[in-house]
Amino acid sequence: MLSEDAIWTLLADVKDPEIPVLSVLDMGIIRAVSVTGDAVEIVITPTYSGCPAMDVIAMDIRLKLIERGIRKVQIRHQLSPAWTTDWMSEAGREKLRAFGIAPPNPKQQFCSTDMFVEEAVQCPRCGSWNTELISQFASTACKSMYRCRDCKEAFDHFKCH
Amino acid sequence: MVPIPAYIITDHKKSAFLLSSPGITNLTSTHVAQQHFEYILHLADNALILGQRNAEWCGHGPVLEQDIAITNISLDLIGQARMLFQHAAEIYNAMDDAGKASVEKLLPRTWKTYGRELQEDDLAFLRDERQYRNLLLTELPKGDWAQTILRQFFFSAFQYAQYEALQQSGDSTLAAIAEKSLKEVTYHRRWSAEWVVRLGDGTEESRRRIEGALQELWPFTGEAFKAAGFEDGDFAPDPARFRAAWDERVAAVFAEATLAVPATGTWSQEGGKRGIHTEYMGYLLAEMQTLQRSYPNVTW
Repeated sequence: MLSEDAIWTLLADVKDPEIPVLSVLDMGIIRAVSVTGDAVEIVITPTYSGCPAMDVIAMDIRLKLIERGIRKVQIRHQLSPAWTTDWMSEAGREKLRAFGIAPPNPKQQFCSTDMFVEEAVQCPRCGSWNTELISQFASTACKSMYRCRDCKEAFDHFKCH
Repeated sequence: MVPIPAYIITDHKKSAFLLSSPGITNLTSTHVAQQHFEYILHLADNALILGQRNAEWCGHGPVLEQDIAITNISLDLIGQARMLFQHAAEIYNAMDDAGKASVEKLLPRTWKTYGRELQEDDLAFLRDERQYRNLLLTELPKGDWAQTILRQFFFSAFQYAQYEALQQSGDSTLAAIAEKSLKEVTYHRRWSAEWVVRLGDGTEESRRRIEGALQELWPFTGEAFKAAGFEDGDFAPDPARFRAAWDERVAAVFAEATLAVPATGTWSQEGGKRGIHTEYMGYLLAEMQTLQRSYPNVTW
């Protein structure tokens, strides 16, 4: 007999293909899980419209469930309410930092749309706040690029969204 | 009163455009379905064609960070286009025969030989030039960096106002796509505005370039605000109502960039929304569609 809890536990093992330290639960992209008999429906939400990881994530979820013999899996996309970095778990933020990516700041603290306003971001390597924005866009849609003025390292910042 | 097709209103809380419109009683449901489909294609085409243009910078940006920035924007736009094309395909597949016949002229001929339901890629890659409904602004060549930046700023400032309004659309899927995309458009608008300031209030050379870009692009900005036949208010907001917000944003950024806002004349370049494109469009499509046309029904 399948339980929803068992599915949530399995999902903790499905990683984001672009940031493999984070699970899909850490990312906050699983919106709902429901089980009816031997059929499972999972609702996911994209981080960014063009995020190429979304198709891979859906496939990885399917494969993970198939490993446990769960074959009737429906994955549904839901856009609204739109994903926000506020849904990222506390554990996920810590894992990001340990991985060398500055985690997103809480949205209510700072999320400006004004020109030339820089978000204060802490260097994930040395902990300094003396950092500067290099580029609003980085290696993936969800990140911006910063540089630490103290330890001189460049690093990715998971931007506030 | 003609019944409103069920696929348009799926969320009554968000049906402001539909319910407030007196015009709906004069339309047949087939006509509404046709306008709806064409409007979504218009939104999708804007995102797709500008996404394709910006992607031309991949590996050619002036510096690595900005190469990555413009191609990230391209990726966001193509992602938005995908959601919209998926939505358009779903709407088409659910239409009755009269509805399907009413949008016949917008469908790719090649797809008709496939004998299967319509899919997002058919709409993106198999239509002919006259079937695209994008703004002319989006198809113009990428030009130099100043031209790319200024076009992006003009477009993002417009798209922001448009998507902000679309969040209230009577079509709840469209409202959700707008809500999702708006967050990305906010970055695009900010990033491009900062570059307009840098170029305008930068060196003599950057100033010369952005002034050249302004002269080139300004006549193409008016088209966005002139309602096409498919934008007559029932679920697609009249774009004229975005003009004030756009003007205000352009004036604020231009003031910072020390650029003068050209006078808004009565004449502007237009035609894209009717499928009449510039001479640049065919070349863009030839490049974008070559794979799907050479290998029909290709899968990865």
